[in-house]
Amino acid sequence: MTTPQPSAAAAPRPAPPRARRSRRSWTGWGFLGPFVAVFALVFLAPIAYSVYLSLFRDQLIGGTTFVGLDNYAQALRDDRFWAALGRVSLFLAVQVPVMLGIALLVALALDSGRLYGRDFFRISIFLPYAVPAVVATLMWGFMYGTRFGLVGDINGAFGVSLPDPLSPDLVLASIGNIVTWEFVGYNMLIFYSALRVIPHSLYEAAQIDGAGQIRVITAIKLPAIRGALVIATIFSIIGSFQLFNEPSILQPLAPNAITTDYTPNFYTYSLSFNGQQHNYSATVAIVMGLITMVIAYVVQLRGMRKGV
Amino acid sequence: MHKHSRRLLRGIGLVCALALGVSACGSDDGDSSRKAVSQEDIRAALEKGGTITVWAWEPTLEQVAADFEKKHPGVEVDLVNAGTNADQYTALQNAISAKKGVPDVAQIEYYAMGQYALTKQLTDLKGFGADKLSDTFSPGPWNGVKAGGDGVYALPMDSGPMALFYNKKVFDEHGIEVPTTWAEYLDAARELRKADPKAYITADTGDAGFATSMLWQAGSRPYTVNGTEVRIDFSDQGAKTFTDTWQQLIDEKLLAPVTSWTDDWYKGLGDGTIATLAMGAWMPANLASGVKDAAGDWRVAPLPQWTAGAAASAENGGSALALPELGGDEALAYAFVEYANAGEGVRTRLANGAFPATTADLESKEFQETAFSYFGGQQANKVFAESAANVADDWSYLPYQVYANSIFNDTVGQAYVSDTTLAEGLESWQEASVEYGTEQGFTVEK
Repeated sequence: MTTPQPSAAAAPRPAPPRARRSRRSWTGWGFLGPFVAVFALVFLAPIAYSVYLSLFRDQLIGGTTFVGLDNYAQALRDDRFWAALGRVSLFLAVQVPVMLGIALLVALALDSGRLYGRDFFRISIFLPYAVPAVVATLMWGFMYGTRFGLVGDINGAFGVSLPDPLSPDLVLASIGNIVTWEFVGYNMLIFYSALRVIPHSLYEAAQIDGAGQIRVITAIKLPAIRGALVIATIFSIIGSFQLFNEPSILQPLAPNAITTDYTPNFYTYSLSFNGQQHNYSATVAIVMGLITMVIAYVVQLRGMRKGV
Repeated sequence: MHKHSRRLLRGIGLVCALALGVSACGSDDGDSSRKAVSQEDIRAALEKGGTITVWAWEPTLEQVAADFEKKHPGVEVDLVNAGTNADQYTALQNAISAKKGVPDVAQIEYYAMGQYALTKQLTDLKGFGADKLSDTFSPGPWNGVKAGGDGVYALPMDSGPMALFYNKKVFDEHGIEVPTTWAEYLDAARELRKADPKAYITADTGDAGFATSMLWQAGSRPYTVNGTEVRIDFSDQGAKTFTDTWQQLIDEKLLAPVTSWTDDWYKGLGDGTIATLAMGAWMPANLASGVKDAAGDWRVAPLPQWTAGAAASAENGGSALALPELGGDEALAYAFVEYANAGEGVRTRLANGAFPATTADLESKEFQETAFSYFGGQQANKVFAESAANVADDWSYLPYQVYANSIFNDTVGQAYVSDTTLAEGLESWQEASVEYGTEQGFTVEK
């Protein structure tokens, strides 16, 4: 900040030779170039292309025509899209607090130092995250089976009749269960590492002041990991809105419960791969991306403001 | 969830982008004049040799391709499995849109034929003399390759005349008669359920292919296609006949809530908890490989009838080999298709377990008298051949049946899991199909 910066206007010094200046600017591009090229190619180009696509309509009869913003108007009026969005919002409202709550409890328990076999618990709770989502869903899908799966076995062994986890009423909760199982460990690790960097002197001071464990948690630990909580919440919101793997893999097992427009992402997938409606699919994806961005941004703003 | 789905979405975006980019640049070729290719041209092409690419998932074609290459040195057949059913259609549609990498020959199921025929993406084989083969093939498949028009857009490869597969052991154990009408079928379902609460007459969670075949047999003709004018109507008497009976099966919980082709389904077929299957004649190979435990338990009976004493049947599945308009070397491609589906290749495929679409083979003694060890030595082909001859040939699918079938469970499927009735489900299927058709530029009437 305090480095003297000779400005051309203030100092009547001759301008530096042209050659030097141009070399300096090229050096910058040399460092930036590879990143910009890759960034433009993998991030900007597909987005720009999707936007371009969303302005057209391709019909089986009639071919491709430019329709301006018609696709967007259609998306905003599309009941199927809004129903899907409502479904993931409900998922978000229930599953995310449950998942983050459990993750936080586990992280606090591990951090308390009162747990025997801490490392073992840490790794085993994290383990589900290492299982690919596809495999995890297949595994759970099998357990959910009321005829030959775990649920079926329990029904048979105890002579009870548990509700079918893959019925239309319960399937969202069943998906929530899979996602929670998968991601508790991941979020726990975020919280746990945030807890580990809290200086020990704070705990000692609290002890001297006579603070109990609960007080230490509410007054020291939670405020200290607020940043991690906000980050985990944002990740989870984005993840909920992008729900795709679990419903798409469970669909063959529950074709009537999980419709082709079950989540916004699954809807865009169906539009493009079943219906050849690539343009409209791109539109829905863009609208959904914008909604996700806005909500994630609002949460981030709120999280940060409280932190100050 | 987080990482994977994000990556997936991006991937999908890219695929869409790629697929669409090219289609956006594509333009219509206009009306392609009918090609005339004589037997002379075909012979010349075979002598000259060359390579043709064939997209198909039918396993028996492998041997056919090898034989064909042996017979015509200089000809190379590149057999590619570009995915099964809808997966291949997506790939094919993309290749056609891109005008690049289009195969010379493609396997297409009868229900998907309309989409390609209507948009002139397939070569009309009339110019090759294919119309003279109308008596070679049985009526159902032949109707399928005409796709409701005048052209001949493919040569039938196999067919799926329906029959009732039943687990004789289960029927014998409970002393239940094998049903010959759907009313008897309903009674058998009740009896079976009473005798063994774990057993179901069949498994059904809503399957578009099955439902359309059942409607076909019941005399319903929900789809009328005339070029780009389409009529969709599920309110005829045939549809009512079907839904009345099937609704009772659903209401009384007589159908196993097991989706076809899942592990549960195969297990149910094996342990006797799923007692019958109304399916196409291509099913035996699947039973033999997927339900080994029940070898000897199963038998084949004619499809139950809606009117006692009638002999109506329908097709369920089956596919043909077509020549995409944008593929190359048509003479050579046609030579292969004819060899595989109307020539010597048919015998090879039959020997490997395929079900023919050719009348001569269906009627041949050798074929009819084949004893299936899986069916306890039963000459099952007799049942299938009779069914094939009884298929009404005035059925047509929608020109966008692939999409319509993909939303079947969103609409009709709800009848299996909620208070919605089957008839209401068909109504909303009709609505959704009308909506899509209109969006795609068809003139759709309800």
